Amino acid sequence: MRLQRAIGNTSFWVFGGGLAIMFLVPLIWTAVASVSPHGATAQQDGYGFNNYRTLTEYDAGLLTYLWNSAYVSILTVVFTLGLSLLGGYAFARFRFPGRDALFLLIIAILMVPYATLLVPLWVLLGELGLRNSLFGLALVLTLYQLPFSMFMMRISFEAVPREIEESALVDGCGTFGVLRRVLVFAVWPGMITVGLFAFLHAWNDFIAPLFMINDSSRYPLSLAIATLRQQTMGAVDFGATQAGVVIMALPCLLLFVLLQRHYVRGFMSGALKG
Amino acid sequence: MYAAPAGVFVLLLFVVPLLLVGQMSASEWPLLQGSRGINLPDNYAGIADDRLFWPAVGFTLKYTVIVVVVLLVLAMGMALLVQERRRGVGFLRTAYFLPVSLGLASASLLFWGFYSPQIGPIDPILEWLGITDEPIRWIGTPNMALFSSIVLVVWKFAGFFMLILMVGLQSIPNEVYEAARVDGASKVQSFFRITLPLLRPSIALCLIISITGSLLAFDQFFILTNGGPDNSTTTVVMMIYREAFRRFDLGSAAALSVVVLLVLLVINIAQFRYLRRGADD
Repeated sequence: MRLQRAIGNTSFWVFGGGLAIMFLVPLIWTAVASVSPHGATAQQDGYGFNNYRTLTEYDAGLLTYLWNSAYVSILTVVFTLGLSLLGGYAFARFRFPGRDALFLLIIAILMVPYATLLVPLWVLLGELGLRNSLFGLALVLTLYQLPFSMFMMRISFEAVPREIEESALVDGCGTFGVLRRVLVFAVWPGMITVGLFAFLHAWNDFIAPLFMINDSSRYPLSLAIATLRQQTMGAVDFGATQAGVVIMALPCLLLFVLLQRHYVRGFMSGALKG
Repeated sequence: MYAAPAGVFVLLLFVVPLLLVGQMSASEWPLLQGSRGINLPDNYAGIADDRLFWPAVGFTLKYTVIVVVVLLVLAMGMALLVQERRRGVGFLRTAYFLPVSLGLASASLLFWGFYSPQIGPIDPILEWLGITDEPIRWIGTPNMALFSSIVLVVWKFAGFFMLILMVGLQSIPNEVYEAARVDGASKVQSFFRITLPLLRPSIALCLIISITGSLLAFDQFFILTNGGPDNSTTTVVMMIYREAFRRFDLGSAAALSVVVLLVLLVINIAQFRYLRRGADD
């Protein structure tokens, strides 16, 4: 029995540990490769940050791309939170004509592939003067966050007992006052999950900016790093690319470590997120 | 009243584009000039004539089948491995899940360097071990490009499906396993007779997500293989991009978009039906 257990334990660690190493190696490699010396990169002798320096000088400059990405991501978070906070409140607490139809319509966004809408959205944003604009891009990114966010906020509001707001209503708060003074604090965890997913989606997305943005000074980071590879005369900078990967990955890993619980909850109720 | 902003937003950015894509697909619509009137059914007829279309469909399907099978089998193994509470299991879960937090584009760029003969670490190690004496062309041939892309996608998403399956596993009550053991069922038997049937909703969810995701694959091939070599790894969604921004033909791109939408609708409805029937059993 004891021997069997020891064998079980050992094989658990051999399999599990081996697999863990395979999952970790690419992550560790990119961090090391971005600072280690290689012939085809700006980092020629010894370890150092020359690849990162290359990035800061590339085209519009790293800071511009970082700012573009941060701006789009924050706008997407604000739009998503605004729409889903108000909408979730409405769906959970009020009856109004077309309520079920609207909720179904929002969920139906999931049934329509991302790629299907990008072509008409490109035309539509052009009509609105929002093509090639980070504001327009944030609208597109928000659209695809809406089903998950609306669902998440609706169940968050539904989980709050009605007694809490009734006493506030009796005290003379309007329905908006209740939302602002009372309910926001009760649905806080749901908002963190919604905001986290909106941020990560906007920060990481590649295909929407590829379609919507063609002015390279407005590229978000993902698009800038991907085009950096096809730089002039086919001279590809492998080192700078990995430095870019590290910069893109850092906020994601950091948020994961800090907000692990919200992460997992999002994925779980995200039975819906497809 | 509070739903009004969401209503307006969905109307403007979802319903209108959906109608617009239908209209565009029936029109001659060059990228820069805009609509030039209805030309139905030219755009749709043109799709089938494109010599890249059927290979792209074939490749997308082949990729989807392989990725879904490999991903789910591996994720199931990982979920079984880490479902129990024991020392160190938290570390393993975190390690498997870390790549999920990265973006697919970042992961593709990472592997693009990882596979490159210039700075990739695999070739030097293999050469040092004496296994090979020349660089492996990871994305140089159609089969290797497919294989390398699958490794990337599995690395990126296995932890995600592991998490879904793990939660499913943990919701199966222990008593069921104990009862089976008392009745003399072996571990293998109880896996196939108890675990798999009870896990069906979680497996179905994984299937829907992974099938839909793979059929719409774009980032990994656009970045890692750029559809090559010889267009062998061009997916259907890449065709949409190519029609729109390389051939400047938004009409054809819209027609392709509509076809993709319809095919996915059919697949999704079929999957939901099958799922619901399974739940009734």
